[in-house]
Amino acid sequence: MTKVNITLNGKAVSADVPDNTLLVSFIRDTMALTGTHVGCDTSQCGACIVHLDGESVKSCTMLAVSAEGAEVTTIEGIGSAESLHPMQQAFHENHGLQCGYCTPGMVMSAIELVGKNPNPSDKDIREGLEGNICRCTGYHNIVKSVQAGAQMMGD
Amino acid sequence: MPEGTTKDGIGAALRRKEDKKFLTGSGRYTADISRPGQLHVHFIRSDHAHAKITSIKTDAAAKADGVVAIYTGEDVAADGIGGPICGWVVTNRDGSPTNEPPHPILANGKVNYVGDHVVAVIAESLQQARDAAELVDISYEVLAPVVDLASAAASMQIHENVPNNMYFDFELGDEAAAEAALADAATVVELDVRNNRLVPNALEPRAALAEYDPVDESYTLFTTSQNPHLTRLVIGAFMLSIPESKLRVVAPDVGGGFGSKIYVYPEEAVCTWVSKKLQRPIKWTADRSESFLADAHGRDHINKVRMALDANNRITGLRVDTLANIGSYLSAFSVVTPTILHAPLLSGCYEIPAIYTNVRGMATTTAPVDAYRGAGRPEATYLLERVMDVAARQVGMDPAEFRRMNFIPKDAFPYQTPVALQYDIGDYEAPLDKALDMIDYKGFEARRAEAASRGKYRGIGLSSYIEACGIAPSAVAGALGARVGLYESATVRVDPTGTVNVMTGTHSHGQGHDTTFAQIVADKLGIGVEQVEIIHGDSDKTPFGMGSYGSRSLAVGGSAIAKAVDKVIDKAKIIAAHLMEAADSDVVFADGKFTVAGTDKEKVLSDISLAAYVPHNYPHDRLEPGLEETAFYDPLNFTYPSGTHIAEVEIDPATGVVQLVDWACCDDFGNLINPMIVEGQVHGGIAQGVGQALLENAAYDETGQLITASYMDYCMPRADDLPDFKVDYTVTACTHNDLGVKGCGEAGAIASPPALINAVINALTPIGVTDMSMPASPEKVWRAINDATQAQAAE
Ligand code: FES
Ligand code: FES
Repeated sequence: MTKVNITLNGKAVSADVPDNTLLVSFIRDTMALTGTHVGCDTSQCGACIVHLDGESVKSCTMLAVSAEGAEVTTIEGIGSAESLHPMQQAFHENHGLQCGYCTPGMVMSAIELVGKNPNPSDKDIREGLEGNICRCTGYHNIVKSVQAGAQMMGD
Repeated sequence: MPEGTTKDGIGAALRRKEDKKFLTGSGRYTADISRPGQLHVHFIRSDHAHAKITSIKTDAAAKADGVVAIYTGEDVAADGIGGPICGWVVTNRDGSPTNEPPHPILANGKVNYVGDHVVAVIAESLQQARDAAELVDISYEVLAPVVDLASAAASMQIHENVPNNMYFDFELGDEAAAEAALADAATVVELDVRNNRLVPNALEPRAALAEYDPVDESYTLFTTSQNPHLTRLVIGAFMLSIPESKLRVVAPDVGGGFGSKIYVYPEEAVCTWVSKKLQRPIKWTADRSESFLADAHGRDHINKVRMALDANNRITGLRVDTLANIGSYLSAFSVVTPTILHAPLLSGCYEIPAIYTNVRGMATTTAPVDAYRGAGRPEATYLLERVMDVAARQVGMDPAEFRRMNFIPKDAFPYQTPVALQYDIGDYEAPLDKALDMIDYKGFEARRAEAASRGKYRGIGLSSYIEACGIAPSAVAGALGARVGLYESATVRVDPTGTVNVMTGTHSHGQGHDTTFAQIVADKLGIGVEQVEIIHGDSDKTPFGMGSYGSRSLAVGGSAIAKAVDKVIDKAKIIAAHLMEAADSDVVFADGKFTVAGTDKEKVLSDISLAAYVPHNYPHDRLEPGLEETAFYDPLNFTYPSGTHIAEVEIDPATGVVQLVDWACCDDFGNLINPMIVEGQVHGGIAQGVGQALLENAAYDETGQLITASYMDYCMPRADDLPDFKVDYTVTACTHNDLGVKGCGEAGAIASPPALINAVINALTPIGVTDMSMPASPEKVWRAINDATQAQAAE
């Protein structure tokens, strides 16, 4: 067991967990924030993406202990139902989600993508989301959502 | 995005009510739910395709840290636990029934595919269950695997009661007539096609959490299901002998289904069974590898197609012989999918006087195969739309014009096909013309030439599909072997203050029912959608319903809701008449207001509902208090969406990579309730079809190991594999439901694979390539180009 101390959505948290605990299970099981999802076991789908010190990481691919001292932001820390983040609002406006399972990871990836490239082309978006699988939407409306989100984040 | 006609009623592209919880991470999927004191189960699965179990030693594992119990097939048998049942069987050509082998929830003495459930290890934590599983010692006597579909009949028999590994031998149509047409034909077109095997891959893996309450001796099962009532019926009545009233099944938010979450699987039954034995909640969550191994797969057909044309190139006959891989056990809809949902679709959009088909369903030592988005209809459409292109090429006609001249004309409806269905309405030329326009079909040759100047092969391909949604009516389905009803249910409850709860028997796992259904109710009652709550997915809360699959939710479930609302309005009018001291017949209901003709008297819904629940001034002699109505709707016929999809591709001869450069489609789904949601369904369906045609393939090696068992090996479309889609509609309203709707969930997946493969072949026709199998992977395409160019060079 190791004590893990991180800042999670702006709040300092700590817990003793077995050394082999993945960051995603620290978030989901230990901290009971279930908005971060697990869609695969080979680091391919992106449903588990969170921001670690501002960068997108696949939380299924790293140990909780490796996040020691880091600032971790999950989908719960991005916006609320009363006050959606512009990217969340853009997904809503553009029907960028269906079953919602890929959505948290998509939104986290999209925010990072626009952070790095405030005026992405459709091609930039399609290539930038290469690490996120959506089985429902066919991506058309996700690309539109990210475009709209980029606009709204810029405003 | 199409804009609707009214603010938020029928036809409005209303943004979805359910979005916010998903966007903020507050969705509640099965794996998100935990119960105090819960235990975790890990399943040890067979790593052999076909073997006898000679011994299972669990002593060491039982002593491992945290282990609470270990169960095997012997425990299942000792408790008299039944297996998942087949929900629909067919009668064989010779009159005998489908052969149904037993399907124990933990293998008893024998395993029949890699992934088959052998041992359930239950421990305090998942990690402990997994660690202990390593200590279980299972000995097998390996038997010959049966992997190849074409030779399955001649391979080792898998089940005692399935001779020649044939579950069923089904036929439909007039064999003599079809053979006569082929004998008399001016042109006979032949095609062998394979419909590749797929893994549905909803992004949320399956999961279950079962809890037993010893006080009232009842169970609650949370599970990733498209149809919680069917799960309750099967687990309760057929597997665990639990009174239905003592089993509550909840399918909370579900992260996609595509068919794979229709069926009852062994894992959820094990959780339910063990929750009582151990008096602790039992949780299971699949990892992705388990989903690949043990979710029901889709498709996997081999077809031999022969089509007869007369001297005017009109189709006169069709014969299709199909081998369908059903896998190791009969999953719930594994039999109906390649038969009843496949054979009657073989007429497509065309006038074909004589059709005959034989479908043999084969057992193999692979995962069970069942309905996957489209279920039988994509397989039928694929072979038909492929052979249409081959025929057009053979007689030297443009494929669009060849289709047009063979379409059922729009004045021929209702149209009786020779394969059982009666199409109620349609107009196939309208969407064809629109789609041709949308993609600028006329300008294609110029685009081909321009691509050629860049060293690329450009191709265009189309498919004009029909599908049949909302299987019905129940009595006919029953006569055809269905063991379930096919109606849908709804309860509409108006609260005293006029807000409305709608309990539906369908289930939403991405389709947006919370919004679409609310629009129907709001529109009919003249209230805002925010006043309407849709409740689904809980057997304790909703009336018995059949769930969601087969694009049935709106056409069947939406119609049930509309009927229940009509009953509410009928009752409300009588109450309104009483309150306004008018005759029933003088009360008019429009725009949410009850008025009396010729007066200025007026009541709104909340006036009526208040009177119904506080019935001080109320027509007690005529009505019971309250304002709540239930309707069950059993449709008179299937609905028949149709349309044309066109794909345009560019192929790089150096790499064999097929780039999808454009997509245009025009669908006729009847009336649209929410065009934004419909368009999303079309996009998603196309993407899955593109996946099948270009990328996806579930492959077993000769020993029966699934060699595509992760996202590293099984390639699904990503954002950069797809273009934007051009989507439009034409409308012929369904004639036999009040909403005039047909269903839209599967159309994209049905129409797209043949359009895409036809486009690939079209691109390569100039160099002499005439066939391409799915998926058209870069390697396959590169080899085809190379072989063709070498053959040309040798000439
Ligand atoms: S769960 Fe992390 S990439 Fe799939
Ligand atoms: S919305 Fe279902 S996986 Fe993306």
